[in-house]
Amino acid sequence: MMGSIQHRSAGVWHRTRSWFWGLLIVIVYVWGIFGINFSKIQSSAGAVTKAVLMGIIHPDWHYVYQGNGEDLVSVMLQTLAIAFVGTIISARISIPFAFWAAKRRRHHFSVLSTSGRIVLAVVRTFPEIVLAIMFIKAVGPGAFAGVLALGVHSVGMLGKLFAESIEAIDAGPGESILSVGGNAVNGLVFATLPQVLPAFASYSLYRFEISVRSATILGMVGAGGVGTPLLFAIQTRSWNRVGIILIGIIITVTIIDYLSGWLRKQLG
Amino acid sequence: MKLPKQTIVQRFHIRFFGSLIILLGLLIASNNFLKLDFSALVQNFDQFLALFKEMMHPDWKSAPFVVQPMLETIQMALIGTTLGTLLAIPAAIVAARNVVTNKWITGFVRIIFNMIRTLPDLLLAALFVAIVGIGPYAGVLTLTIFSFGMITKLFYECIETIDNGPLEAILATGGKRSAMVMFAILPQVSSRFISYILYTFEINVRASTVLGYLGAGGIGQQLQTSLSQFRYDQTAVIILAILIVVLAIDGLSNFARERLQ
Amino acid sequence: MTKPELKPVIDVQHVSKIYDNGTSGLSDINLQVKPGEFVVIVGLSGAGKSTLMRSLNRLHQVTEGHVLIDGRSITEAKGRNLRQLRRDVAMIFQNFNLVKQSTVLRNVLAGRLGYYPTWQSSLGLFKEADKQRAYKALERVNLLDKVYQRVDQLSGGQQQRVAVARAFVQDPKIVLADEPTASLDPKTAHLVMNDLKSMNQELGKTVVANLHSVALAKEYATRIIGLRAGRIVYDESIQNVTDADLADIYNGDSSVGERQ
Ligand SMILES: Nc1ncnc2c1ncn2[C@@H]1O[C@H](COP(=O)(O)OP(=O)(O)OP(=O)(O)O)[C@@H](O)[C@H]1O
Ligand SMILES: [Mg+2]
Repeated sequence: MMGSIQHRSAGVWHRTRSWFWGLLIVIVYVWGIFGINFSKIQSSAGAVTKAVLMGIIHPDWHYVYQGNGEDLVSVMLQTLAIAFVGTIISARISIPFAFWAAKRRRHHFSVLSTSGRIVLAVVRTFPEIVLAIMFIKAVGPGAFAGVLALGVHSVGMLGKLFAESIEAIDAGPGESILSVGGNAVNGLVFATLPQVLPAFASYSLYRFEISVRSATILGMVGAGGVGTPLLFAIQTRSWNRVGIILIGIIITVTIIDYLSGWLRKQLG
Repeated sequence: MKLPKQTIVQRFHIRFFGSLIILLGLLIASNNFLKLDFSALVQNFDQFLALFKEMMHPDWKSAPFVVQPMLETIQMALIGTTLGTLLAIPAAIVAARNVVTNKWITGFVRIIFNMIRTLPDLLLAALFVAIVGIGPYAGVLTLTIFSFGMITKLFYECIETIDNGPLEAILATGGKRSAMVMFAILPQVSSRFISYILYTFEINVRASTVLGYLGAGGIGQQLQTSLSQFRYDQTAVIILAILIVVLAIDGLSNFARERLQ
Repeated sequence: MTKPELKPVIDVQHVSKIYDNGTSGLSDINLQVKPGEFVVIVGLSGAGKSTLMRSLNRLHQVTEGHVLIDGRSITEAKGRNLRQLRRDVAMIFQNFNLVKQSTVLRNVLAGRLGYYPTWQSSLGLFKEADKQRAYKALERVNLLDKVYQRVDQLSGGQQQRVAVARAFVQDPKIVLADEPTASLDPKTAHLVMNDLKSMNQELGKTVVANLHSVALAKEYATRIIGLRAGRIVYDESIQNVTDADLADIYNGDSSVGERQ
C-alpha cells in the first residue's frame, strides 16, 4: 500500500494500520456524537408526529383544485414550470462553460480548463437558497427568482457533465472535417455537436429531475412554487394541508422521474 | 439512379424539429404561466450588483464565530449518514430481488423507498423542525431519512449485481438466511458499500450546510441570521467557509474512494 | 509509365518531423509524386507512414522542409489558403472517421464543405447539384440504398465505403488513404481498393496509400515506397519490384535479398 516507506517501518505500519484506522474512526465518532450540542426534543414531538401522519391519511382534498390559482394543481404546475425554465436557461449557459472547462488533451494540465473546473465547482457548491435570496433582492419574491437561482446553480453540475462528454468525444470525425478543407466552425457543426448533443439532452433531462425537487423547496425562501404554501401550512400547523401537499409532491416527482427516465432511454 | 423512399419522419426531420417545437412551446407556456419579466432583471441588476459588491468585502472579524457551527454541521452529517446507513442495510436486503424472492414484498418496499427519495432535504428539515423543535436534532433526523433513501437504493442495486453462487451454496447446505447475509453478501459488497457511504457523506455535508436556514442546526442558522440582518459581508464569510469545507471533504472522500478500488 | 515532363502533384522537400515528446517521426524525406500515380507506402509499424501521410495535408505540422501540393506550399499556407489546398487532398482513414450520429448523406456532403461559406453549410443548405453528386458517389460504392440511414447502423466495410464516397464528392486532385483496409475482411478490402483504383484510373486522381498487406500493394500500386525509421529506404516502379525487395523492407535489414 505504501511502497515508498522503508521495509522495516512498512512492517510496523502493516501490523498497526488497521488499529490506526479503527482508532481514528472511533475518535471521529466520539467527537461527532458527544461534541454535538443536542437541545431537548420538544415535549409535543409525539403528538405532532401523530398529527402529521393523520394529516397524510386524511389529506385536505379541497385544496387540490379551487380554481383560484392558489390551489395545489396551480402551485405544482408553477413548480414544474420553474424547474423547466431554470433547466433550459442553465443548459444554455452551460455549453460555453463546458467548452471552457473541457480538457483539450487527456492527462494534460492546462490553466484554462482547470480554471473552468474551479469556477464550476464553486458554482456547484454555492448554496441554492442563498442564490435564490440574492435574486429575490434583484427581481422581488416569486417564481422569477426561483428560475434564476436554478438557472445559475445548475450550471455547476451541467457544465461539469457537459465538459466530460466533450472530453469523451472521438477526435477522428473532427480531423476528417479539417482534411476536406473545413474550418473550425465546420468542425463544430459537423463533427462535435452531433456527437455531444444527445448527451447534453440526456444530462439536461437528468438535471430537470433534480431541479423539480429543488423547485419544491425554493418557495420556502420566497422564490415561488409549492414551497411557500407548504411552509405556511407547517407553521400554521394545518396538518391536513401539509398531508395533501406532500402527496402532491410525491406523485409529481415520481411521474417526472418516470417520464424523464423514459425519454433518456429514447435518446440512447 | 433510384433513391430509396424516405419516410415522412426522415424527410422533414420530424424527431428533431418536433422535439424543438415541443420544447419551445413548453418554454413559452411556462414563461406566460410564470409571468416572467426579464426586463425586471435588467432594471434591478444594479441592486444585485450592489449586494454582490458587499459580499466582495467579507467581514473577516466574524470568521471565528463560524467555526463552531461549521463543526456542528459536519457532526450532523456524520451522525445522519451513520444512522441512515444502519437503517439502510436491512432495508436494502429486504428490497434485493436475489435475497427476497417474493416479488410482492420487494415491490412494496421499493415503492415506499422511492416515495422517501422524492422528498428533498429542506422539506424534511421543515417537517422535523415542526416535530422536534429547532436545533441539530431536526437536522440529524433529516439527514438520516435523506441518506436512508439514497443509500438503500445504491445498496440493493449493488446486492443484486453480486455473484449468486455463494448464496445458493449456503442455502443448499441448509444455512439460514441470516448466515447468507453474513457470509455471502456482506464480504462481496463491503468495499463498494463503504464507497457509497462516503459518497452519501459528501452529499450530506452539502445538504447540512443549509438545513439550519429552517432551524435544523449547523451553519445554516448563521446564514439565515446574516441574510435577515442584511449583513452580506458576514454571509460572504459563511459561504466561503462552506466552499472550503465542502470542497475539502469532497477531496478527502474522493481520495479515500479511489484508494478503496 | 510516369512521363518525366509532368510536374509533380506532390513535392516533398527535405521534410523532417520531430514530435513534441522528442520522438523522431520523419527525417529528411524527399519525394515527388506525379499526377496519376498510385503510390503505396509500406513499412513496419512505427516506420512513420502515418506521419508522412498526415504531413501531406498538414494534419501534422512538419518540423523542417516543405510540402508542395500542385506547386503551392501547404506547409506555409494559412487560413483560407490552407483550407483550399486541403480541399484538393482527400483523406481516407483507417477507422473511417465518420460522424456516426449523422446520416450517410450528411457525411458524404461534408466532403463539399470546402466549397461553401460557413453560414450556408452550417444551415445545411447544400446545392441540389452537390446532392446529386453525393447520390452518384454513393451509387458508385453501391450504398445508395443506405443514403438516409445513420452511419452507426452500417458495417465497418460499408462505413469505409461511405468515406470513399465522401472523397469522391470532394473532387480532389489527390487521395490519401492511411491503412484504409486494416480493419476490413479481405473481400471488403478488395472492394475498397477497387474504389480507389477506379478513382485513380477513371477519374485520374493521384492516390497515395499506406498498406500493410504486401499482396494488396503489389496488386494495386504503380509505385512502391518503403519507409524505415522515418526514412525512405526503397522507391521503385511496380515493374521493378521483387518479393525479395518487399521482404527486405519489412525485414529491417540493409543487405538486400538476405532472406532468400
Ligand atoms: N502523436 C505522437 N506523439 C509522439 N510520437 C508519435 C506520435 N504519433 C506517432 N509517433 C511516433 O512516431 C513514429 C512513427 O509513427 P507512425 O504512426 O507514423 O507509424 P506508422 O508507420 O504509421 O505505424 P503503423 O503501421 O503502426 O500505423 C513512431 O515511433 C511513433 O511512436
Ligand atoms: Mg499508422
